[in-house]
Amino acid sequence: MSGELLRADGIGKRFGGFTALEDITVSFAAGQLTSIIGPNGAGKSTFFNILSGALRPSSGRLHFRGRELNGLPQHRFVHQGISRSYQITNIFPDLTVHENVRVAAQALTVSYDIWRNRARLPELNAKADAALDAVGLLGKLGELAKFLSHGQQRALEIAIALVSEPELLLLDEPTAGMGPEETKDMVALLERLADKRTVLLVEHKMKMVLGLSKRVVVLHHGRLLADGAPDDIRSNPEVRRVYLGQSEGYG
Amino acid sequence: MTSPSSGEAVAKPASGSLSWLLEQRVLMSVAVLAVLPWLLPSQALAVNVLIYGVVVMGYNLLFGYTGLLSFGQAAFFGAGAYFTGIAIGRYGVPWFLAVAIAVLLSTCLAAAIGIVSTRTRGIYFAMVTLALAQLVYYVALQASSFTGGENGLRGFTVDRISLFGLSVNFLDPVNKYYVLMALAALAMWFQSRILNSPFGAVIEAIRENEQRARACGYNVERSKLIVFMLSGAISSLGGCMLALHLSIVPLDILHYQTSGMIVMMVLLGGARSFFGPFVGAATFLILEDVISVWTPHWQIFVGAIFVLFVLFLPKGIWGTLLDTLGIGKARR
Repeated sequence: MSGELLRADGIGKRFGGFTALEDITVSFAAGQLTSIIGPNGAGKSTFFNILSGALRPSSGRLHFRGRELNGLPQHRFVHQGISRSYQITNIFPDLTVHENVRVAAQALTVSYDIWRNRARLPELNAKADAALDAVGLLGKLGELAKFLSHGQQRALEIAIALVSEPELLLLDEPTAGMGPEETKDMVALLERLADKRTVLLVEHKMKMVLGLSKRVVVLHHGRLLADGAPDDIRSNPEVRRVYLGQSEGYG
Repeated sequence: MTSPSSGEAVAKPASGSLSWLLEQRVLMSVAVLAVLPWLLPSQALAVNVLIYGVVVMGYNLLFGYTGLLSFGQAAFFGAGAYFTGIAIGRYGVPWFLAVAIAVLLSTCLAAAIGIVSTRTRGIYFAMVTLALAQLVYYVALQASSFTGGENGLRGFTVDRISLFGLSVNFLDPVNKYYVLMALAALAMWFQSRILNSPFGAVIEAIRENEQRARACGYNVERSKLIVFMLSGAISSLGGCMLALHLSIVPLDILHYQTSGMIVMMVLLGGARSFFGPFVGAATFLILEDVISVWTPHWQIFVGAIFVLFVLFLPKGIWGTLLDTLGIGKARR
């Protein structure tokens, strides 16, 4: 896979008098795992929310596979091939693990069907099973999602995002709140995912980011500070000054 | 079942004939309703349980399954009753066609109210539905040449029910009960269909996590509007049943107190449970029946009992019973 998949052109976002993002121009190639890093308040989550349609930019243009996304409602982003996970675990807690993923799988096909029996749609069940298998939750099908461990809930959220077979997977701090063992499992999962699709990752654990990513984009105070290969980012004095010095101990 | 990991395996009951019976929620519900006149102190009470059970069941789709707390369900209950009465009394439409027209027009009313209200959330949604339902109440009050105003709608009586070559005396209480039960069974079948369908999964997802549902690719606003219309359609059928039963439509049916009563019934019986609305309707109506013999201020006692239920049995009578018996969500 190669070529440009997503391009942000001069993206800006203002909340009243506060400028969260200013003139971000960056493009993401297909088939790469790219990480977006930056200190707290850098604008990473705002940028992520714009890329996933949860927020509309105040200025600039967003193109996915050459098609402009500005003006599309959030739910249409999944239909374009962009799917996401959240910084704070965001699942359907009172549904079973299988139903969490199956309901996400049907969003692209049979949303408003009131006649067929949802339990008898074998292709959707198979898709859900495959996504759960990919994240190692096939053994938990019938459990209510709220009873899973934190790490399993994070994995479930990735399965929810994965089941729509997105071309671009946006993962917002997938290891947030995880212990070392769970983080290790998640890193292994991310490596497997990155083999098959384009992944954009927001993470704070620098060792993990620099080890996993092919490319790193650094935001600071809502602006693009640096963009390059992990080694270039590691040796960039500006990045070290604003960010790395604070967090080298992580991960 | 093609593999041990398929969704069918998840939904499949554990084992045994009891589990299979519980899975047949429409059949089981109809079986209970069929003997209800012999379980309750009066036939009239049983008919009211049927009617309010259907109204509350429609509301349960909105509140219990989708998580949208509306205070305006009386609008659709009343609309179903008024449209049925007007169609029969003013235009001489046959009863079954009058019911079909009434449900259709009430669904259109639900669409109009839903377009405005489903764009709001939480308390704002509750208040907008309350305000718009009160608007319907005042329209019915003012349009007295059509609705009879504060005297209610009169002048239509269905004494025989004829369909597919069968004709029964509708003034006979037993016949009346079973004809209305057939309509209730139709409503239950329809609601069960919705709950089992892919769209049933969508509304559950919206109830569980609206943000996640939207991120999964669902048009949440459109889904809410659809469920609002379906809920209104089912509750309006209860209104049609009331009109056929009473041969009058009291104006109070549209009042916000009726909406409040519907909310109480669903909570008493158990929101999110299939048969809970009938249990809630029966509980409320029996309490009203029994306590009003002792005192005209029966609402004080029913209100106190309701508060106790909310505090100690938040899943309602039926929901708590199913939990106690360990019966899963799929069989409710």
